[in-house]
Amino acid sequence: MRVVEVPRSLDYRTVESLHAAVGQGDQLPTLFDARRIEWIDPNGMLALLAAGTVAGMGGTLPRISLPERSEVLGYLNRMGFARAARGIFSPPPPGDGRRQSHRASDVLLEITPVTTNSDVHQVVDRVQSRAGAILAQTLRYPAHAVVRFSVILSEVCQNIIEHADAPGWVAAQAYNWSRRLGRHVAVIAVCDLGRGFSASLAEEHAQRFGGRWGDAAALEAAFLHGYTRFRDAGRGQGIQQIRRQVARWDGLLSIRSGTARIADAPAWSQSPRMLENLPAFPGAQINIVLPGLRDG
Amino acid sequence: MAESTPSPLGGSPAVASGGALTVDVGRLMSERLGLSQSDLITRPTGRAVREAIEACTADASGGSVALVELSGVRVMDFSCADEVVARLLLRGQDSSRSAMRYFIFRGREHLHGHAVAEVLSRRGLAAACAFGGRPFHPVGEVSDGQRAVWHALEERRSIALGDATTLLGPGGRARLVRICEMRLAHLGSGGQVTALSRVGRGGGDGAVRSPSSPDADSASRSRASRESLDLGRSPRRGAS
Repeated sequence: MRVVEVPRSLDYRTVESLHAAVGQGDQLPTLFDARRIEWIDPNGMLALLAAGTVAGMGGTLPRISLPERSEVLGYLNRMGFARAARGIFSPPPPGDGRRQSHRASDVLLEITPVTTNSDVHQVVDRVQSRAGAILAQTLRYPAHAVVRFSVILSEVCQNIIEHADAPGWVAAQAYNWSRRLGRHVAVIAVCDLGRGFSASLAEEHAQRFGGRWGDAAALEAAFLHGYTRFRDAGRGQGIQQIRRQVARWDGLLSIRSGTARIADAPAWSQSPRMLENLPAFPGAQINIVLPGLRDG
Repeated sequence: MAESTPSPLGGSPAVASGGALTVDVGRLMSERLGLSQSDLITRPTGRAVREAIEACTADASGGSVALVELSGVRVMDFSCADEVVARLLLRGQDSSRSAMRYFIFRGREHLHGHAVAEVLSRRGLAAACAFGGRPFHPVGEVSDGQRAVWHALEERRSIALGDATTLLGPGGRARLVRICEMRLAHLGSGGQVTALSRVGRGGGDGAVRSPSSPDADSASRSRASRESLDLGRSPRRGAS
């Protein structure tokens, strides 16, 4: 039995330990020990689901020990973690599987599987009906921001369907980053276990990169140059438009695929433009952090 | 009085009036495509909407300009804008595919106008658009000079190519020809360039006429159908 100790704080900066633990290709029965989690964000939750899925590819579903802190457990329930984890962990985490009430929480979007285009419509519909108040009151964004926010979600979810050729998840949440940033933020996480950017783009673009082709070059191609696997000039706009909108909101956007991660990092973030030689992990993870506007 | 245009899909989100045909995308999505929310998102949705618009305009007898009314649309992402707007223009340039050779676009939400402008620029296309209460103006890959010529043409209704340099100054003729190539104006066989607001009216005094907003009843639709869409000057009455 392999025991994967889940970090106390699990967000986009610390998920690499999960990728490293399960991305080695062995097929040992696995236990994810998440008892000591004190903080987890949507990226952390989706990384847990992804790592659990990879760990179960050998045929034995992994086990998970849930956080001991009641507030963390309650938060996981509000985000629909138990429902999403069914079929990934055995036994499944306890939970009634019903969608939670969001009247008094800052859940922008609970963990939602993205498999078809109708899932994208559902995501946007939920966000339209729920996120406006949080974006306006908590992040102090103007009223029309919910439309821009919906467009971002739509484009990142379509990235799963059109390029991953595999299911994925999306989740979003607002937080108070009082110590880190002195402001509230909205975090959007998208994760899939598909073929990744390198495989998606290789047939169309690998040749022009020659020996440089790999995960980092593929991310540069898509992220910086707007290349896609389609020859149609109208394709490849999604990521470029997301970059522009996130930059307008002084946000952080990063995409991790294979062994590399690329980012548009604002001044408040320490994220480098490119990280290479990370633990190999299938698919892609997209992380967006949008800081709220300052008072006044 | 507005009249409904028969369509292979049935129903009447497309309304012909005067020289123009208005396709109400919000109604089209709910009544013909069965979408509960008018969110123009995802490429498959965009393809379905575009094909429905093409079906509405294929049999149109009201002229060669179609107003694509996007005021009933809640969210429009870039992928869908590309599928609906950019591809509609691309395919509309093929006269063997569509009888409707000119499309203009209107919406309440200025963010939708941003998406339309982005996808048009990316493909080197242009269209006359009115979003967020602004008057119609060329959007997309259009130079300042071409834009100025387009507005001058709308003011004058039509200009003979032979008079272009005199009326528009040096380079005016080339710009006039170019905006015709971009489907922002109509070049007749006799060298007369007609503003889009006059296309389908034989270059006479009629204007491209506008049916009402997506949720208006038939009475208000009839009223609105008599409203002149003066593309070069005023914003749509009641637009927000």
